[in-house]
Amino acid sequence: MKTAAEAPTRIRSRWSAYVTTTRYIVLFALVCLFLIPVYVLLVTAMKDPAQVSPSRMWQLPDSFSLDTFGAVWPVLEPGFRNSVLMAVPASIISSLLGAANGFVLAKWRFPGADIVFPLILFGMFIPYQAILIPMRELLTDWNLVGGLSGLILVHIIYGLPITTLIFRSYFVTISDELIDSAQVDGAGMIRTLAFVALPIALPAFAVSMIWQFTSAWNDFLFGLVLTSTNSWPVTVALNNIAGGQVVPFHEAMASALLASIPTLLVYVLMGRFFMRGLMAGALKG
Amino acid sequence: MSEKTSENQAAPATTLTAAISTREPVGIRLENVSKRFRGGVEAIKDVTLAVAPGEFVVLVGPSGCGKSTLLRVLAGLEEVSSGRIHIGDKDVTTQLPQQRDVAMVFQSYALYPRMSVRGNIGFGLRMRGIGKDERRRRVEEVAQVLGLEHLLDRRPAALSGGQRQRVAMGRAIVREPQVFLMDEPLSNLDAKLRVSMRAQLTLLHKRLGVTTVYVTHDQTEAMTLGQRVAVLRDGVLQQVDTPQQLFHHPVNLFVAAFIGSPSMNFVHATVSNGAASFAGVRIPVRPDSPLARGDRKVIVGVRPTSLSLASGNGQPELAVTPAIVEDLGDERFVIFDVDAPRVDTEATRAAVEAQAADDALLVPLDRATFTARLPAGTPVTVGEPITVALDPDRLHFFDPATGASLEEATSLTRGASSR
Ligand SMILES: Nc1ncnc2c1ncn2[C@@H]1O[C@H](COP(=O)(O)OP(=O)(O)OP(=O)(O)O)[C@@H](O)[C@H]1O
Ligand SMILES: [Mg+2]
Repeated sequence: MKTAAEAPTRIRSRWSAYVTTTRYIVLFALVCLFLIPVYVLLVTAMKDPAQVSPSRMWQLPDSFSLDTFGAVWPVLEPGFRNSVLMAVPASIISSLLGAANGFVLAKWRFPGADIVFPLILFGMFIPYQAILIPMRELLTDWNLVGGLSGLILVHIIYGLPITTLIFRSYFVTISDELIDSAQVDGAGMIRTLAFVALPIALPAFAVSMIWQFTSAWNDFLFGLVLTSTNSWPVTVALNNIAGGQVVPFHEAMASALLASIPTLLVYVLMGRFFMRGLMAGALKG
Repeated sequence: MSEKTSENQAAPATTLTAAISTREPVGIRLENVSKRFRGGVEAIKDVTLAVAPGEFVVLVGPSGCGKSTLLRVLAGLEEVSSGRIHIGDKDVTTQLPQQRDVAMVFQSYALYPRMSVRGNIGFGLRMRGIGKDERRRRVEEVAQVLGLEHLLDRRPAALSGGQRQRVAMGRAIVREPQVFLMDEPLSNLDAKLRVSMRAQLTLLHKRLGVTTVYVTHDQTEAMTLGQRVAVLRDGVLQQVDTPQQLFHHPVNLFVAAFIGSPSMNFVHATVSNGAASFAGVRIPVRPDSPLARGDRKVIVGVRPTSLSLASGNGQPELAVTPAIVEDLGDERFVIFDVDAPRVDTEATRAAVEAQAADDALLVPLDRATFTARLPAGTPVTVGEPITVALDPDRLHFFDPATGASLEEATSLTRGASSR
């Protein structure tokens, strides 16, 4: 009670200093644990080939060098390009279609919407392995195996349940009167979606893009099954580098690091759209 | 309405006539319109209503009575379950909102949050394929009329409540629609702003002459804005009349209780030998009224303004003890109870609950409570008995069973008006 007069008035327990310290120590320990693989990844990728060995895994390199990155890049580059060409359209188209689905399910209700939505969600729970063979057969019939287009199509469709869910959940929260207002102003479904609903749904779009891009980029199975060597995505190419007879650890690590940059980049770029308050001002006072 | 004459409102309105071309106004006709929601709620029951070209009709009623639903049905945002809707001489019952030439101001304003004020106001024009230059011109004209010029490039989030309200209004005006539909557009403004916006709305309607249906549950708004007022209860249209008629000749208990503030006082009474009596007062009914013959039970309605301090001029008098005196500056509300059973019908309850202020709760519940509206100087003190006089010519009689007005029977002054 005496200290309250001197120190800035805070409501806190007597133990709060210890509690805070302990909390930070625990958190820091967990962060370290979590980052160990990243540490190994980084230091190994920057080591001189001669220094790389499992016994010296934990040691920092004598000199940091980026040579390995330069060395693996040419091998990785075609796969990298394929992955970009595949993941970008797959995530954009899947997000847009998901937005349209979500909008219709949330705000432009039609009879049967309550049956359609669970059916779409059901798609999320179908295991990849179960559909792999029929899918490959179907795409072969359609002449879509080998190139990227088949893979893109598969990622778009496989992404729809989750993107639909993301957008539906988001659109449910926006005011009905906003949609009504657009209608009275003369906009039909498509224009209401494009001009009114989508601009508000940027946060949902960011979530959907990050999710879709990451899963399309990181996919290995579909890429392996549906594409030929020329169209291999980076994950398959990576496997080839890492899968040689003698495992060149530093090259594998450098390639893995390179291959993970785009997903990080997408997260950083899109993350800023996670901001709140896009609905601000729509409603009274 | 004194607000009408204030200068700052008159100025923009003159510009308005120049700015916005006037179109031939059209009427609206609702024929036996019913709306039943999936799930069985019947929000509108067999409503038939004709709005004359250029008329300003206000829809009032307690919360949940179907006002918004009726408006949404007019806009095409809800399908009717049965009945037909005509705008002008077109049957629009099956038309989409986009096809009906109506503009709506929503209860929540519903501004597009990611568009500037300019974008918001111009959106309807853009959707209707109006070119960029004309759009710009019209948006700027309307913005000027509404005093929004300096805000055109702001987002709605950066506007005050009143400014948002004006943007919502601008969005409706700019399209020059055949019909304005407004759903409690002023309900979220503070009291002062509401009064001034109310006046502006009246002016706006005078200048534009666009047929307007306006929803409110504020009866002051209803009485001041409406050329005619439609009272809705549980989806059923009770009475459509001028504010004057509504106030002086309500067709039933509900309308009588709903219209007027403070509410009409009600008391159970018996009519026999040509006079109605309650709490020891005898009020003679007109000799030519059917009530004059035979005996029956009635509910008597007395406006707070029909009560005055007794002056011995022969009016029926009532000795009472004030329980509450509310001083409002230029008038006093005196609340007292009367030695007669309280009128507690569904109709009066529904109407009074809608108007939050319920002084009645403070005084005994088994006896009727009256509110008198007396001039400021009237000498009244809580607890000191006074004698009040009732104006026998301004009483209302209702059937206790049906709630219907027995006025046709009692009043000669009225003739065959309204219904
Ligand atoms: N979409 C809907 N589905 C089912 N019932 C509804 C729907 N919309 C409104 N209702 C019901 O219809 C009735 C009328 O609602 P409405 O919104 O028209 O009332 P209101 O008169 O506008 O009330 P308020 O003054 O509170 O705005 C209410 O009982 C409401 O619960
Ligand atoms: Mg409403």
